[in-house]
This record gives sequence, C-alpha cells and structure tokens, in this order.
Amino acid sequence: MNHLGLIIKREYVTRIRKKSFILLTLLMPFLMAALIFVPLWLSSIKDNKAKQVAVIDQTAEYAPLFKDTPAYHFVQVNQDLETYRTQKDKSFIAFIDIADDLLTHPEAITIYSDKQVPKDLSDQVTQLLNTYLKDKKMASYKIPGLKKIIKDSNIHLNIRTIKWEQDGTESESSSKIAALIGVIFTMLVYMFILIYGAMVMQAVTEEKTSRIIEILVSSVKPFQLMLGKIIGIGFVGLTQLFLWGIMIFALMGGIGLFFGIDTGLMTASNPMAITGPMTIQPEASQILSTLSTINWSSILSCFVLFFIGGYLLYSSFFAAVGSAVESQEDTGQFMMPVTLLLVFALYAGIYSIENPDGPLAFWCSLIPLTSPIVMMIRLPFDVPTWQIVLSLVILFGTALGNIWISGRIYRIGILMYGKKSSIKEILKWIRYKGD
Amino acid sequence: MNFIETHDVVKQFASHLALDRVNIEVPEGKIFGLLGPNGAGKTTLIRIINRITGPDSGSVLFKGKPSQPKDIYQIGYLPEERGLYRKMKVGEQAIYLAQLKGLSYRDAHTRLKTWFEKFDIMPWWNKKLEELSKGMQQKVQFICTLVHEPPLLIFDEPFSGFDPVNAELLKNEILELKAKGHTIIFSTHNMASVEEICDHIALIDHSKVVLAGEIQVIKDRFRSNDYELTIQDGLTLRKLRLSKDDPAQSNSAFVTQLAQQYEIVSFAERIPSMNEIFIQTVS
Repeated sequence: MNHLGLIIKREYVTRIRKKSFILLTLLMPFLMAALIFVPLWLSSIKDNKAKQVAVIDQTAEYAPLFKDTPAYHFVQVNQDLETYRTQKDKSFIAFIDIADDLLTHPEAITIYSDKQVPKDLSDQVTQLLNTYLKDKKMASYKIPGLKKIIKDSNIHLNIRTIKWEQDGTESESSSKIAALIGVIFTMLVYMFILIYGAMVMQAVTEEKTSRIIEILVSSVKPFQLMLGKIIGIGFVGLTQLFLWGIMIFALMGGIGLFFGIDTGLMTASNPMAITGPMTIQPEASQILSTLSTINWSSILSCFVLFFIGGYLLYSSFFAAVGSAVESQEDTGQFMMPVTLLLVFALYAGIYSIENPDGPLAFWCSLIPLTSPIVMMIRLPFDVPTWQIVLSLVILFGTALGNIWISGRIYRIGILMYGKKSSIKEILKWIRYKGD
Repeated sequence: MNFIETHDVVKQFASHLALDRVNIEVPEGKIFGLLGPNGAGKTTLIRIINRITGPDSGSVLFKGKPSQPKDIYQIGYLPEERGLYRKMKVGEQAIYLAQLKGLSYRDAHTRLKTWFEKFDIMPWWNKKLEELSKGMQQKVQFICTLVHEPPLLIFDEPFSGFDPVNAELLKNEILELKAKGHTIIFSTHNMASVEEICDHIALIDHSKVVLAGEIQVIKDRFRSNDYELTIQDGLTLRKLRLSKDDPAQSNSAFVTQLAQQYEIVSFAERIPSMNEIFIQTVS
C-alpha cells in the first residue's frame, strides 16, 4: 500500500500549523521593510536645539563667514584656546581655531572638543568656507571671468540605457536595478534551500533519536518515509514563498497607490487612481520603468522551478546526512561540505553580477550544484531559453538521481545506532543489496 | 498450524553473522517466548519477521505462505526502544500510526477512543507526547501496537520500564489477547514472565537456536532428579535435598518410601526454572 500521501500530509500540516511558521511568514515582509526604513528614519531626526560652537579667528578674515545653521550656532570669541580648555566651559561643544591664512596654510584650521567632533560639524565648516576660498583663489589668478569659464566647462553626461524589446519597442532599463533583482532572488533561493534543507535533516534525525523510526519502518518502506518528508517540507517552503509573493504584490500595489504611480497593476484594477498625495521622483520613475521591462512571469516561474530543483537536490543530501548520525550535534562534520558548496554557489553568483554572460556565470548556471543560485543572477539579463531548459533538465535529473542514492543511505542509516559511521562505510550502504 | 515459520534464515552483517540458519515455529494462538543473551540475534530475527529487513538466505512463512509485503498489516510490533513523535499530539499521532497500518481515519479514531478509555488515558488525547509521563507514553505506544487488531503481535522486551503494577496489567493484557485468539511472540530477559505466560520458546545464542519447543517438554528434559523435602525433626523443620536412587521410580513410590523414614511436611520436585535452564544452556 502506498502511504506517501499520508506522510506528506502529516509533514506538511504539522509544520504549517506551528505558530512560529504563521507568525514568521506574515511578519517577515513587514520586518524587512522596517529593517530598511527605521534606521533611515531615526538618522534623519535632528536635534531640536542648535549647538553652540566657538570661533576663534586669529586672522579676523573668516569669522563673518560662519553663518548659523539649524544645527549649529557660531559665536565669535576673543579669548585664548587654553583659557577655554582650563575653564571647562560647557556652553560650547566645540572650538574652531583658525591660526593663519587658509589659502597658503590649509592646515591652519583645527576643531577642538572634549568629545569626539561630529563629522557633521566639520562637513558644515568645509561647506561654509569652501566657496569663499575657491572664489578668492580664482580671483588671485587675475583672469577675468574665470569663474564663469570653469562653471561652463563642467559637463554632466546623462546616459540613458535603452533595451530593445522583442516586439520592436524600446524601454528604458537600468542594469543596476536588474542586477539588484538578480541578487534578491539569489539570496532568496540560497536562504530557502538552506533553511528547508536543514529542516529535512532535523526531521530525519529526530525520528531516529526519538526511536519512532522503528515502528514507522514496520509499516512503511524507508524510501517512502524519506520522500514524504522531502516533499512535505518542500510544500511548506512553497507555501511560504507563495504567501510572501501575495503579500508583496499587495504591498506594492498599496505603495503604488500612495505614491500615485502607475505600477501597471493598478491600471488594470483601478484606472482612476493615478494621482496621489506624493509626487514622483525622477529616479523612482526610472526604477519603475525598469521594473516593468523585466519579464516577471518568466523570472518568477524560473525562480520556482529552480528552487524546487535545488531544494530536491540539496534536501536529499541533508536527508542522507541526517540518517547517518546519532544526534543533531554530529551532523556538523557532514554539513560542512554541503554548506561550503552552497556558499561557493552564492559567491559565484555574486561575482557573476559584473558579467552575467561570462564563463563563470555560464558554467555555474549549468552545473546542478550551483545552478539554482547562479541562474537567478542571470535571469533579469535575459538568458537564452535553451540554456534555462538545459540547466533545468540537468538539475532535475541530478536531483532525482541523488534522491535515489540518498534513499539507499537512508534505509540503512536510520536503523544504525552506536557507532560513528565513516564516509567509506556510508558509501557501502548504497551498494548493499536487499532490504 | 504454525502462524510463523522460519526456515534456515541467515543474516550476515558487515562485521558479524547475526543469524545462522535459524529455524523456529510459532504455533497459532499461542504465546511464544524468544529468549537469548544480548546480541544473540533476537532483534534481527524480529526485524526479518516484520519485513523491516530481509534475510540473506532462507525463508519466512506467514500462515503457511511465503511472507509478502502486505503481511505487515497483520502484525503489531512493539520495539524494545520505544518512542513516538515528542511534539505531536497524542491522539493525532495514534491515528496517524493506525492509518499507516491500513486503518481508515474513522475506524482509527473510534477504536483509539475505546482503547484510551479502557486504559484511562483519555484526558491526554490532545496533549503533546512529551507532556506525558514515561509510563503513560508506554501505554500509548502499547495501544498503537494493537489498534489495528493484528493476528500476530510481536513485543520486544515489553516489561522493561514498567513498574510492578503496570507490568502486571500488561501481563494480563497479553493473556487476554491470547484468549481472543491472537498469536504472540515476545522477546525478553524476564524469565519469571516466561515462566508465567509462555507456551513455547526458542532460545537463541550466538546466532543459532540452541533450544526450542514447548515449555513443559523442555523443563521435563531438564529434570535432574532433584527433590526437596521438608521434614519434622522433633520441634524443628528441616529441609533436605534428595535424589532418587532409581530415576525410573515414580514420584508416588518415592514419597511412600520417604514417608517411612521421615515425618514429611512437604515434598516437591525441584523442576529447573527457565532462568536456570537459560543459564545452563548458554554458559
């Protein structure tokens, strides 16, 4: 009798129901957004009160330049630096001392404080003095109209990158954005394969340590048990991805509405909602234009396929490892090679950003152990279909083969207790006939 | 008829020979004791009968026919090392295990409720397994072994970990199962239990069967002409150990003979216990 469906169902339902899963899945998108926006917001809060800074100008030339800013209130003082230091006057947070003509002695300006001088302050001082000094220097050359000449010779190139679409239209693209999308998907695939693969390993080892495995194998073939675990846990991962997908979809639609931008989703559902309370930034429109050139449906479907393939491949490794050890602690020595592989794949992916069609990227996106991760980097850059298909075929073929091999290791390993098995012994289990 | 027969079963592991042409016969409806020192091969044999692993050579007959995969639905197995999913709810787990043994969800649910009530652990249905005491966990696992009402039950060291009260309950449960017609194999070191409830035994030592058959027959074989007599000697009682001069003499004649010499208070033949037989055979 085939109990595969029953096993898959149990593995899936017991994990989906866990509070930790539900909480994490629903909160993660918000957490990620918060992680990005909260520090940004915090750093933008300025102190309300302006701080007092004393200016000791021994040249009497620069003092009038120090105009008050919202953060700092500059006060010209006549006393000596030493006096202030011994006085320990708390009313000034810093002392600016200008000892000489700054054009000839640019090092003659120093800021003293009994606390670390904030970078903000020295930036402001530079800003305040720079224009004056520059003008003064230019004037010293005694060339008429020098200032205007220099200004006119400043050229700003505005390079537009345009992608030729299949249908003959053009659309503005940004390779930076495409690379960013690639990186995001790469990290996602890497994270999910690692997390869910580890879950499989933990489940296998738990059945071994709790000893329930003995009665399980008196009812079910070990291969079914292993496969049920891999598939059931895989579905949990897919569910999480799916839920996040929906949430991000909704979030983006919501943000689009708020910013008054047509993200393409909105026109379909609500043609009236074009303007909103905020105005569009030019970069934002370029970002969104790039986003709309990217072939989302194909990228997302490739993402799912590569995740499934990579997960099947790696989780079967993890299942075999879990069956060969006695407890969670022992998994360490076997985990190392597998984790190294994944990290190598991640780095291969990151180095491919610069050159998505180069040899490193090309080969690593075909080799099954690294392909799920590296292919993600390449996808936003339009990979030829035959490469994607080839990579998927190799990936799934290898995954299925690995599942078979791991099954042979699993069926022996789960009933082995007591001695630490070496790699050599484990390899023998693969060939061991009869069961 | 024999429920289970093994013919020349051989099992070789990488480092040692676990079973060396083992032959046993387990009659239907009887309690069969599988005895032997640690490492003798008992668990391996049980696993082969359970189809958890297969023999290298030899065969297993299940109700007269060669063993097949679907036979496992007719077997209930309680392993020596017990355990269930720690973080899963008890009732839910029991239903899952019953389903793996072929029961439908509804049947499993109904039967388990009945058993839980019988063992008085119904309040624990929705608790996680780890919240139960060890004794209760054992009861749960015991129930899971029987819920699909298998004709053959295999218990590996069933009494280990049970306190005397629960061990007695378990013993009675096993006898009740026999009364209902189940065939029972149990492997144990607890010779007292063997003495009390087994009908047949097989003793395995170093991968071979060294003793097998009906208990009474075996004990008979080990009778060693050993008798214990309690006599009245004046005001005290004395115990004597005697042997017959002529082993063929009947016990009655012997008693009559002794009664002429002594004031007999009690007379009994010292029939070797299974414990003694075990030790004698294995060492």
